[in-house]
Amino acid sequence: MGLDVEVKDGVEEATVEAVKDLSTYKYGWETEIEMEYAPKGVNPDIVKLISEKNDEPEWMTEWRLQAFERWEKMTEPKWAMVDYPKIDFQDQYYYARPASMTEKPKSLDEVDPKLLETYAKLGIPLKEQAILAGVEMPEEERKVAVDAVFDSVSLGTTFKDELAKAGVIFCSISEAIKEHPELVKKYLGSVVPVSDNYYATLNSAVFSDGSFVYVPPGVRCPMELSTYFRINAENTGQFERTLIIADKGSYVSYLEGCTAPKRDVAQLHAAVVEIIIEEDAEVKYSTVQNWFPGDEDGKGGIYNFVTKRADCRGDRAKVMWTQVETGSAVTWKYPSCILRGDDTQGEFYSIAIANNYQQADTGTKMVHLGKNTKSRIVSKGISAGKAQNTYRGLVSMHPKAKNSRNYTQCDSLLIGDKCGAHTVPYIEVKNNSSRVEHEATTSKVDDDQLFYCRSRGMDEEEAVALVVNGFCKEVLQALPMEFAMEAQALVAISLEGSVG
Amino acid sequence: MALPDVKQELTAARLDANAVPESGAWLAAARADAVARVQSMGLPTKRDEYWKYTDPTTLTSAQAPEAAVFEASDEAPLYDTIDRLRVVFVDGVFDAEASDDLTLEGVTIERLSDAGRADIHWAKDLYGVLETKGQIPVERPLAALNTALATDGLLIHVTGTPTKPISMIYRHKDASSDAVLHHVVKVEAGASVTILENGPAAARFNKCMEIDVADTGAFHHIRAQGRDHERRAVTHMFGRLGTESVFKSFTLTANGVLTRNEVVLELTGDDAQAHVAGAALGDGAFHHDDTVFITHDAVNCESRQVFKKVLRNGAVGVFQGKILVQPDAQKTDGYQISQSLLLDDDSQFLAKPELEIYADDVACSHGSTSGAIDEDALFYLRSRGVPKGRAEDLLVLSFLAEAIDEIEDADIAADILGRLEAWLERRRG
Repeated sequence: MGLDVEVKDGVEEATVEAVKDLSTYKYGWETEIEMEYAPKGVNPDIVKLISEKNDEPEWMTEWRLQAFERWEKMTEPKWAMVDYPKIDFQDQYYYARPASMTEKPKSLDEVDPKLLETYAKLGIPLKEQAILAGVEMPEEERKVAVDAVFDSVSLGTTFKDELAKAGVIFCSISEAIKEHPELVKKYLGSVVPVSDNYYATLNSAVFSDGSFVYVPPGVRCPMELSTYFRINAENTGQFERTLIIADKGSYVSYLEGCTAPKRDVAQLHAAVVEIIIEEDAEVKYSTVQNWFPGDEDGKGGIYNFVTKRADCRGDRAKVMWTQVETGSAVTWKYPSCILRGDDTQGEFYSIAIANNYQQADTGTKMVHLGKNTKSRIVSKGISAGKAQNTYRGLVSMHPKAKNSRNYTQCDSLLIGDKCGAHTVPYIEVKNNSSRVEHEATTSKVDDDQLFYCRSRGMDEEEAVALVVNGFCKEVLQALPMEFAMEAQALVAISLEGSVG
Repeated sequence: MALPDVKQELTAARLDANAVPESGAWLAAARADAVARVQSMGLPTKRDEYWKYTDPTTLTSAQAPEAAVFEASDEAPLYDTIDRLRVVFVDGVFDAEASDDLTLEGVTIERLSDAGRADIHWAKDLYGVLETKGQIPVERPLAALNTALATDGLLIHVTGTPTKPISMIYRHKDASSDAVLHHVVKVEAGASVTILENGPAAARFNKCMEIDVADTGAFHHIRAQGRDHERRAVTHMFGRLGTESVFKSFTLTANGVLTRNEVVLELTGDDAQAHVAGAALGDGAFHHDDTVFITHDAVNCESRQVFKKVLRNGAVGVFQGKILVQPDAQKTDGYQISQSLLLDDDSQFLAKPELEIYADDVACSHGSTSGAIDEDALFYLRSRGVPKGRAEDLLVLSFLAEAIDEIEDADIAADILGRLEAWLERRRG
């Protein structure tokens, strides 16, 4: 087992066992289905081929080719505290789709039942039904529209008609490029520029699908929107692109989930998410990242290199990122907020759990440009086994961001003596009417707190449960209801359920 | 990996500008190694992550930029009432006349330029040795450059507890001086020493101090970096701490166009204690950088970093602090706080407080805050009849108090406080 380490007093054996359980990855099976691949490797021809497969207009192909040209001149970033073998970018498939998807089905009813089964097995309802994770509730309250992405293609999107009635566009990005080119042209690459970073540039060249959301002015999106990413094919990189536009005064809550089969060989996932938030609009973006983390010896797993950024363009715009990161062998992910408008708000809540040989380098950037902007960062890192968990973040107060506020709290918890927890915050304050506060702590489960709980009559197990529970609660509470179940189940496996 | 051309040229030009001083066998060998280190690392540029917030150009250039000489009479006197052994360097050159006799009970003090002529010396085991260790995991090429080029310095061997502190006074008299000094302090088991430093030193000053504190030894250091507006300084302290040893260092910096103070400590013995503190007051063209790296390599050690900066008129304060806890350094207590008070909208505070932890039974925390003077507190004081300027000063002093409290000796603390008040008073004019 990966946890052959000496465990300190106060960390219950049961906790350790439960963390071990994390390595029993529930989504590690593979769907056997005939796949169609583009040739291995990446070059202008592959870029053109992907563009062609998606039936894209010429401007899009050009955009991709320019990105590829830039990518070739870039080098991989090395600053993150992650260590992995060099990736051979030519030894990957950049495009894989189920053969049955050659002709795009007109509706979900036409989708290969095997694929639908896959999602059913994952607990993702692709039928337009009011059931999620087996909980039945009144229809009006429980609707979640899902865009299901399988390897390189989107299978379909549910509740399209109902959303259209409200004026909300929710479809795959390949569809949006064809159906709403004016929106895509205007916004794509406007938050994460083509040459932003190595992985974002690669994504710009080869992204195959992803989700697109447009919420028109004044509309409160009638249901939660969700994308579920599944990597199935071997040696295939998944490069999805998500573009969310919340027009003036609108509101949308967006959920993202992901899993992949167990394999010995690491797989690449490099996504880009761009969010544009206009005046008075609000976006909530929640992720439960549960890619295959590799086995307990550190073999296989997903390399997750993700660029996520929200741009609060209009005044009083609001964005909230919530993430529960439990999967992936290597995570490199910094969901960021550009607080451009006055009185804008950015929030970032994160739980990162790393076990066995997992490495997570994650955090956020809060760039305060407008006046009276506010941001809040709450990050909880839990390391076990031989894992390394790093919080890396930036809070930047520009000279014009008068009267702005930031509060940052990063806490790390270590279980076992072979893991590591690190904090690397950057704080840049360039005006004096702004207040920045940063706090970080690293500890094991606190003996005083345990003692207090025990003195109130709890047994040791309950006490640890309560303390660890409290450690994560702030973030768990920030998750939308629809997602909280899956997230809590995940954290429960690793921590709470173990001791309570 | 080959260095980029820019770095190669920069490094070659800097090494060409100064000849490596002639020395005896032990020192010549240490210098040759250091030259090789500088060549392989290359001098830093603004593009290096470790110099993200501080531009090293004027510290690495072949010629030192000029700095007008500041009249010492304008400076509030420091340590005048304290009985101390004075060692004076003028623009990096030892001044025998102004210095006291270097004999003091419990300690042997030699000059590097004398001892370095010998073939062998006890300092061989420390000179450039702690600096070399301190290059991992982060390279500090300017320290290696110092080891290679230092023209003088003191080799202090502490065997007992000297009755008075050793006070190094650095005077600046030449507008284009470029001084490189390297001190070594070896504190034997149970011994204890206090080192005082003050003065602007030179137009450009590169100083390195290597400190080895044996088991149960104690090292106290209080430094006041002068009010010379145009001087530039880069200083390094490399410390190795034995079991139950104590290391305490405090730095007051008031002005100076560029200051980079690096402190690199390794706690190698159990139950060691390391406190590093600093108070900086910046006005106008002032850039002050505290870079601290503390490695816990033993059980039950304590480290504290307390840094406070008061900035105005476009002054820039930088803090890069790190606590590294190695896998077996259980029961570590690490604390780090960096705070800035920005008195106007032009000033900046840039901080990178880091934790890197590989042991599970530790309590480490860091905090960093930045903000303006508390208007409510100001209002309260004014409503009690305190004039605005004085009220502001009181709040500045209370802000800096946590750092000044780190000075153990009450007389020295009072002296430092006096200098601070003089600075504030002058400022209020």
